[in-house]
Amino acid sequence: MAHHPFTEHIPGLRRYAIALLRDRSLADDLVQDTLERGLKKFSLFQVGSDLRAWLFTIMHNLFINQVPRTKLWQQNTPPEDIHSGSELAEEMVTARDFMQALQLLTEEQRVIILLIGLEQLSYEQTAQVLDLPVGTVMSRLARARERLRLLMNGEAGPQLRRVK
Amino acid sequence: MTDTYVATEAEIQAYVDGQLSPTQRTQVEVYLAEHPEVAEQASAYQKQNQLLHGLFDHVLDEPLPERLTSVTTTKFQRKVYRIAAVLAWVMLGGVSGFLLRGEVNHTLVATEPFTERAAIAHVVYSAEMLHPVEVGVDQEKHLLQWLSKRLGHPLHAPDLTGFGYQLMGGRLLPGDTGGAAAQFMYQSKTGSRLSLYVSVRDKGTAQTAFRIEEQDGQQLMYWVDDDLGFALVGEKDRKRLLEMARVTYQAMSY
Repeated sequence: MAHHPFTEHIPGLRRYAIALLRDRSLADDLVQDTLERGLKKFSLFQVGSDLRAWLFTIMHNLFINQVPRTKLWQQNTPPEDIHSGSELAEEMVTARDFMQALQLLTEEQRVIILLIGLEQLSYEQTAQVLDLPVGTVMSRLARARERLRLLMNGEAGPQLRRVK
Repeated sequence: MTDTYVATEAEIQAYVDGQLSPTQRTQVEVYLAEHPEVAEQASAYQKQNQLLHGLFDHVLDEPLPERLTSVTTTKFQRKVYRIAAVLAWVMLGGVSGFLLRGEVNHTLVATEPFTERAAIAHVVYSAEMLHPVEVGVDQEKHLLQWLSKRLGHPLHAPDLTGFGYQLMGGRLLPGDTGGAAAQFMYQSKTGSRLSLYVSVRDKGTAQTAFRIEEQDGQQLMYWVDDDLGFALVGEKDRKRLLEMARVTYQAMSY
């Protein structure tokens, strides 16, 4: 069976899309559009350049231009029944707080946090994907992380429910 | 030294993401040990990365939805073969089948080395919309003279109109023994394409009967006549393929 060069990048694209859109069906739409667009433009891809960054660039542009914003990041995950005291419960609460804090970032900040923190793109790759100078990527990243930290500590923005 | 060194914002981020060289990393670690507030920030950022992975890494282990895998396996498979085949030929200077060996053997089991080339050439150029041939049928005389000269044998493009195939033209290709090979491309009214591949072989190769290779619905008819190997690819009907092979054999024996 032919192993398409895109194949190994699909799980990462999908993880990013799900984290970004928080809606699996929209995320898979975005991944599918990205792959189809990528295949159409594949002749323009230069052999030896970074395929992963190239695919993420396509995805980012599709996301910016095509994904309806109204649906995103508005639904809250329904509260789960957490038995306090257990380590797992603690982790789940932290994770939920984190998701809520992430939701309070601007879209620009969230994108950069996910590309670098989750997908572990290098700063150069991220600069390529977002079509920004590396310096801008760095300062935006620093601001986003600090805001997220303050939100998690309950020191900025709308108060988050604290359990600890 | 550490009194004057101040880790930049960018270095802190790169530290968090593990994007520093070992030397830079050590330098930042020394700085963080002396600046607990910054260290606390850095550690919070690392925790953010861990949380992201904890929340979303499970996606990587999920089976992909069919609509995502099908994008790269069916609809565009031909294009992939084409690109890979072009790479194999262009970049490896005619060492054909290198990138494709596994794939091509899977679909077309070739017992003669030139048949594998014939199969690849067919996959590559029959899919080509704009440039299926190098020299078109409008210059048929020139095409035949040129290819005959390069292969060192008088070549004739068989008339396959009786089978509904019109000659489109042909091209020169690298052959398997360092010599040249020729490909004639034919097209039917419905757009399906048939190619005749002719390759120079080592002198004294035994003559073979018409042989057919079939796998996954693709068929290839080949034979060896003195030091030329012939292969016809692209026709599904075995009987028609055999008839066309006979016509070709006769046309080439003038």
